Amino acid sequence: MTSSAMRDLMAITARPEVISLAGGLPDTSTFPPDTFAAVAQRIAAESCAKALQYGPTDGLPETKDCIAAVMGAEGMRADAEDVVVTTGGQQVIDLVAKTLIDPGDVVIAEGPTYPGAIPTFSSYQADIVQIDMDADGMRVDLLEQELERLDHEGRTPKFIYTVPSFQNPAGVTLSAPRRKRLVEVAHERELLVLEDNPYGLLRYEGEALPPLYALDGGVYVMYLGTFSKILSPGIRLGWAVAPPPVLEKMNVGKQATDLCTSTLSQLMVQAYFEEGRWRNYIDSLTEVYRGRRDTMLDALADHFPSQAEWTRPGGGMFIWATLPDFIDTTDLLARALRDNVAFVPGEAAYLDGRGRNSMRLNFSGCDEDTIREGIRRIGEVVAEQVKLYGTLTGEEGGRSQVAGARAEPPGAEVVRMPTPAERRRRATP
Amino acid sequence: MSRVAVLKGGRSLERQVSLRSGARVEDALQRLGHEVVPIDAGTDLIRRLREADPEVAFVAMHGRDGEDGTVQELLEILDIPYTGSGVLACVRAMDKVLAKHLMLENGIPTPAFFAFNETAFRDLGAADALHAIEDRLDFPIVVKPAGQGSALGIKFARTAADVPGALVAAFSYDDKVLLERHVAGRDLAVSILDGEALPVVEAVPQGEDFYDFESRYDIGRTSFVCPADLPDGVTERAHGLALHTHGLLGCYGFARVDLMLDADGDLYVLEVNPTPGLTETSLLPQAAEADGIGFDGLVERILQLAVVRAAA
Repeated sequence: MTSSAMRDLMAITARPEVISLAGGLPDTSTFPPDTFAAVAQRIAAESCAKALQYGPTDGLPETKDCIAAVMGAEGMRADAEDVVVTTGGQQVIDLVAKTLIDPGDVVIAEGPTYPGAIPTFSSYQADIVQIDMDADGMRVDLLEQELERLDHEGRTPKFIYTVPSFQNPAGVTLSAPRRKRLVEVAHERELLVLEDNPYGLLRYEGEALPPLYALDGGVYVMYLGTFSKILSPGIRLGWAVAPPPVLEKMNVGKQATDLCTSTLSQLMVQAYFEEGRWRNYIDSLTEVYRGRRDTMLDALADHFPSQAEWTRPGGGMFIWATLPDFIDTTDLLARALRDNVAFVPGEAAYLDGRGRNSMRLNFSGCDEDTIREGIRRIGEVVAEQVKLYGTLTGEEGGRSQVAGARAEPPGAEVVRMPTPAERRRRATP
Repeated sequence: MSRVAVLKGGRSLERQVSLRSGARVEDALQRLGHEVVPIDAGTDLIRRLREADPEVAFVAMHGRDGEDGTVQELLEILDIPYTGSGVLACVRAMDKVLAKHLMLENGIPTPAFFAFNETAFRDLGAADALHAIEDRLDFPIVVKPAGQGSALGIKFARTAADVPGALVAAFSYDDKVLLERHVAGRDLAVSILDGEALPVVEAVPQGEDFYDFESRYDIGRTSFVCPADLPDGVTERAHGLALHTHGLLGCYGFARVDLMLDADGDLYVLEVNPTPGLTETSLLPQAAEADGIGFDGLVERILQLAVVRAAA
């Protein structure tokens, strides 16, 4: 299946009668309208002309103070001059790619990786190499092997793109030892790392792990932050922290793209942060999302067949579910849409056709009843296909290829990635 | 100059393609001086058609609902003249199994096939017959949903082990699927306008082993040659087969017939599309262009044919 077919399918997921677990949407209905009104009122009264004006390309100093506060909450310090305020986190991915990638350059990413990063890297003609993950995030040992292999070919990756915490789409988190090792690898090999951390503060259990940026001190690790998941994606406000030579080029690139990030949005964030309740709002989001995650995990246990397994994210917005290898989740989506439910087919998170029997499920965007109903419907079509396959092969219940997946917690410990045999088993064009 | 409702979109998996076809038709109709009422077919379709009270409906929908006779039936009920084939032709063409049976019965070559409902496997143990089917068809076998208009859900089974997965995939799109002998060769399309066959278009996929859904609609992924450079007599035979099939199914106005030309020079009819795409990369507009009919002229002809039929 190809990207435009995927786009055509995804276009139907947006229809109002469809329960979409496909989006990556935070629930903005949780934001208090009174606060919004107060913030807007204050900007109108105190800085109307400024809000309506252009601003500096790298962002307003007052926004950078807010960014310092958010990064401080995860134990990071960044100098204001190392920060560029961007139009959402996506722009950071674009600017880093624009700044660093020449056609044919290698970029390392996780497998699966953020589906929205793939078209960006591809548009700069990067050669994307994806490193498998398990429950502890990217397999840094495999990364080192891959770097070794590339080294033999005389190729050095331009950077490593990673979402270490509550990864999109897999939901897993890079363990502390692997974080340490990844930063060591970056130093040993003088390799840049782009740490994409939209979800770090959306943690529902466990202790926070240090961001790569904190471990590295901003030498090789470039940092991508965003207000999208902790405040609003609609204000389109993100930021990058990068070493000066890279940052300088990113600023030039940004100037060419959009001159500056919305001043109005930046002042809204500033006014909102000055109210001092932003941590409370994140706490309230965390409460809501934790409940939705638990609901989805329960619903998966109730409605998905025993051959399925899925991750158990400690935070963020996504669960990655893997079905028996005879199910192609893109075709399954077509079937699921007949029952008005949608998810993201796993192959959207790979560049090489892997992920065909996996799916990304979002639990932040719908209420708990909707999540339960959505998972019930998907479970039903999966069960139907498992049964049909069993009938076709004479193995009732289908080929159980993930034995013991229902152990407690359900399939939580592994992000099962397709085996090489499965990758070859591509009946599809 | 008429008031024309352009029906597009809908819930079919080819929604996006249909929106593109529809938008292009709307532009053409406007240039031609018609009053255009665009309608994205949804639950309010009947109400919107009644409100619009068009003189003609231009059906620019593909796949389910728009191409299988459903929308045509509704337009009959509302007594609104519409473009393209009528209900029966749509039903016959959209159901590939029915269409292929009709072809076989009438001596039109079409690749050998077997077709099943899901119930055949679920309730009648059809799986036990799979080996016999595989022997009869030879690998690779093409597995496809009976009623899907585009290449979505079409799989190649290269070995017996691929067949069950391919069937599961095809059943995602339709309750009926067919297993078809794969004809390797050149991918030809004959468009028909007002009972005349237009120049043959050949689709040459770029670096893919299958003319897939993406390359079918993306500029640059497939190169099209029109008129196709074919051996002596092939164009005439392709035209003859296409017209024969078109007439057999009872299509009206315009349609596109897809064929394969194998290495022995034999032609096979794969399917008939009663509402073929009208996007920038679609084959019918290319064929018309090669025949000296621009897009606006094509749209006007299709529209007038609807008016003529209604008056008859």
